Amino acid sequence: MDKTMNVLIVDDYRTMLRIIRNLLKQLDFNNVDEATDGQEALSKLRAGNFGLVISDWNMAPMTGLDLLKEVRADARLKATPFIMITAESKTENVIAAKAAGVSNYIVKPFNAETLKDKIEKVMVHA
Amino acid sequence: MPDGIPASPEDDRIEAAVRAVLGSMSGDLTAKEAALLAELEALGRTIARAKAEIAQLSVDEITGAHIPSATDELDAIVDHTAQATNEILDCCEVLEKLESEVPPAAAVALQGAVTRIYEACSFQDITGQRISKVVAALKAIESRVETAVANASGRVAAMATEPPAAPRTEGQALANGPQLPGGASSQAEIDRLLASFD
Repeated sequence: MDKTMNVLIVDDYRTMLRIIRNLLKQLDFNNVDEATDGQEALSKLRAGNFGLVISDWNMAPMTGLDLLKEVRADARLKATPFIMITAESKTENVIAAKAAGVSNYIVKPFNAETLKDKIEKVMVHA
Repeated sequence: MPDGIPASPEDDRIEAAVRAVLGSMSGDLTAKEAALLAELEALGRTIARAKAEIAQLSVDEITGAHIPSATDELDAIVDHTAQATNEILDCCEVLEKLESEVPPAAAVALQGAVTRIYEACSFQDITGQRISKVVAALKAIESRVETAVANASGRVAAMATEPPAAPRTEGQALANGPQLPGGASSQAEIDRLLASFD
């Protein structure tokens, strides 16, 4: 796994961005950029070169699910691994995310081991 | 009018209507019909009194003071917990920088402890989302109280009509925030669900 790749983390809670960034740093991912909603994330994804997206669901104006759909509909971005990290834990949410093409799904609160495990799994298939 | 609440024009109309019915039926009423009409009259008075009481609610206190005060307090809780969490994270980052200056075993223990603190600090996100749900519920109550009072006091026409809600995306429609314990799926359950699609 290329740990020098750019990772985009998306969450409307800055504290959460900081926690995920620090956990990624512990896993040796140091090229991490941030966005606080789906729209900002999409702009960064279209302007940059990211190897992984880790996104919350519940954000405004563009949610994580809507961001995922935009990513999968974009010819250049559609193969980007996309992990949802969210407090949305209903079955219908997981099914909708899977239908939209999510690579993996982590429910909050989560632990560092789960984050590491899911990143390894999605990067194997990337 | 009972209980010292002044009679409104509507009360008068109800009373007049009931009297008219009673008057038109006088002489022909059976005991059952008379009892039924008396009950109808009492029901009409109860409805009129309830409407008068709703109209007399101190709605300005509820919508102008109580609910804004409650939402401000909740917003303050979110701010304070965010500040405290950021201070904890500051401390963790200082500790992580010290890892290279301590023996390897101590560095591993230090990183393990810091990781657990990071994991625990995600509470701020969950509590923040829960509080946002409470604030939304309070605002919905505020709106309903205003509507109920306006309806009871005949001020409906004066109330601003809300613009129609914009259509929601699937992501917005499914954004419900954290579930209560017992209603939430665990990571293991979600993993099993995802695996079932493969």
